[in-house]
Amino acid sequence: MDFELTQDQKLIQDMVRRFAINELEPVAAEIDRTREFPWQNIKKMAELGLLGVIVPEQYGGAGLDFLSLALVIEEISKVCASTGVIVAVNNSLVAYPILNFGNGDQHKKYLPLLAKAEKIGAIGLTEPNAGSDVAAFESTAVLEGDHYRLNGTKRFITNGREAGVCIVFAYTDKSKGHRGMSAFVVEDGTPGFSKGEHEDLMGLRSTGNCELIFEDARVPKENLLGEEGQGFKIAMHTLDVSRIDIGAQAVGIAQGALDAAVKYAKERKAFGQSISEFQFIQGMLAEMATQIMAARLLVYHAAVVKDRGVPRFSKESSMAKWFASETCMNAVRMAVQVHGGYGYSKDYAVERFYRDAKVMEIYEGTSEIQKVVIARSLLQGT
Amino acid sequence: MVLDTKYQRFRDEVREFATQVVAPKASHIDQTGEFSWDTAKEMGRMGLLGIPFPKKYGGAGLDHLSYAIAVEEISRVCGSTGVTLAAHVSLGCYPIYASGTEKQKRKFLPPLLKGDKIGSFGLTEPNAGSDAGATETTAELAGDEWIINGTKRFITSGAIADTMVITATQDRSKGVHGISAFIVEKGSPGFSPGREEEKLGLRGSITSELVFEDCRIPKENLLGQEYEGFKIFMQTLDGGRISIGAMALGIGQGALDASIEYAQNRVQFGKPLRKFQLIQRMIADMETEISAARHLVYHAAMLKDGGEVVTKEGAMAKLYASEACMRATSAAIQIHGCRGLTNAYPVERFFRDAKLTEIGEGTSEIMRIVIAREILGR
Repeated sequence: MDFELTQDQKLIQDMVRRFAINELEPVAAEIDRTREFPWQNIKKMAELGLLGVIVPEQYGGAGLDFLSLALVIEEISKVCASTGVIVAVNNSLVAYPILNFGNGDQHKKYLPLLAKAEKIGAIGLTEPNAGSDVAAFESTAVLEGDHYRLNGTKRFITNGREAGVCIVFAYTDKSKGHRGMSAFVVEDGTPGFSKGEHEDLMGLRSTGNCELIFEDARVPKENLLGEEGQGFKIAMHTLDVSRIDIGAQAVGIAQGALDAAVKYAKERKAFGQSISEFQFIQGMLAEMATQIMAARLLVYHAAVVKDRGVPRFSKESSMAKWFASETCMNAVRMAVQVHGGYGYSKDYAVERFYRDAKVMEIYEGTSEIQKVVIARSLLQGT
Repeated sequence: MVLDTKYQRFRDEVREFATQVVAPKASHIDQTGEFSWDTAKEMGRMGLLGIPFPKKYGGAGLDHLSYAIAVEEISRVCGSTGVTLAAHVSLGCYPIYASGTEKQKRKFLPPLLKGDKIGSFGLTEPNAGSDAGATETTAELAGDEWIINGTKRFITSGAIADTMVITATQDRSKGVHGISAFIVEKGSPGFSPGREEEKLGLRGSITSELVFEDCRIPKENLLGQEYEGFKIFMQTLDGGRISIGAMALGIGQGALDASIEYAQNRVQFGKPLRKFQLIQRMIADMETEISAARHLVYHAAMLKDGGEVVTKEGAMAKLYASEACMRATSAAIQIHGCRGLTNAYPVERFFRDAKLTEIGEGTSEIMRIVIAREILGR
């Protein structure tokens, strides 16, 4: 497979790279410490089209493809993984399902808001008792006249506290199992909708992670996304897409860690020479670089498959996400190792990368779930 | 490994202390970065701060196997307290015990071993990490005092220590053979603890710089002979590495304990996690690797108790236990899913604490060099 990027893809990659170094990197350590949501930079990125990379131009987006989105997420995550996932969620977990499953009115109403970051998006699928077992969630939606009455609690929601547009999954008919699941667009300010405490997480600390709480929330009937009973399909298809971006995020963090390790290895001296002269260090750098290249190719491959309109790409997307997240964990571990005691202190970015990396193996489907998806695809011959 | 009942009893005693006293504070001291003086005092009262030293110096008169068990049990609930104990015993006290004169031992050990004072060890410098021979701190004899100048970095318990063993060079042209070791007391003129580090993990332990600006210490505070510093710190680290291995072992076991409990209780897809083979795989690997690590750590401790040189065995124990600990703590978060990333569960703390075990008291790379050198020769 040929990954020669187009001129446009190279342009956006280069633009985001410069923006990330100039605007995101200088505040990355600070927002990690304070857990502040980087609104200022989100607004600036919206002006560059990055909050709606895959949103068509008619709705205020950049109208680009999924490979471009992967490049964007990768470049941002190289310096600030929190900002990377904020952008990824807005694009592939919120704008994309609205674009793909929503109607014309929903497109017109929500896509411009998201693309311009007038509102930030979040998606509520996970619940306290429904993590990997998505269908075990308990939230319900009952149609009453022109509104749905929504009840339930969603947990670990990225962008949650700041989100103005949330896609929320609830059962409209529990008796039908996952075929009774539906998706809704819920706006901040909806009566009966509130947000929980800001989660104090090990990594990705600036993403406004919180619970979304629905207590007889009144959601207008027209905010149903797709049809009743389509929720599970919407969730699974959306995750197939978004996992590509988590793969891209993991590649970005890993590359950031490798860049830092290379820089440090060249600067640091021990035993009368640069530590880069030691084979142990060379071995780590070589392993990191090779794994990152392989992960990047898997991620780009999955994005290209999606861009070509192949209907099913679960296997490609899960392979990219699993392999890239494991690569990322290896890379951050080795990057701290190359830095020695300095890598254990908050004076160096690799300490933050180390904490940010772990969730790559967990959210949007754990590595175990990715392996099950891959194996199922092999065993069913799809 | 079947241990004599006296070790079982000792383990039970430490475990009860760890569960009752150390565990309840572990998350708090991690979040606030506070050092728990209460815990340190209580460890002193129980004799844990002087485990492997003779009673005549105020020690508990036990052996290094008991010491490894204590570090393991405490680290199983709190890595910060584990490393505080390990640094005090292996790094702060041991070199004085092993290389000090009788007079120095009588003077410095009793308050340290009883826990009235805290000890630490100043070897690492900004430009001398793995390459400890690159020490830039200098010592010069002026009359009946040594004048020390330089800065030590990443020193466990540095800012709170009363008694420090430090290394300084008397002659840089001699490399490692120009280094001598000294005992410095808090309050020595010209000594100040520098800034405290903000760290990834072990946040309830204190890590700081030691700053010496024309610091004056009595001539008799030279530890061992002049130019013997390298030998002293290598010997100190040989033993210290067993305790870091024990610490890694404890953190790994703590991560496994939490994972077992979570896997028993968490239900997904209509059954507890423990029924899923991919979860079983993680638990089985953790148990196997932690058991192997325990054997290596205890084996090294027993050899040391038998008077053997444990350069290779200490390095093997630390290398393997720290890497097993890393895998175990990562798997533990994996089993807990997103909840494992919150401080409602101990596993994210274990994961952050674990990384230091691959770095402190010799990185894994140094361990491999040490092991290879023991086999292949220089």
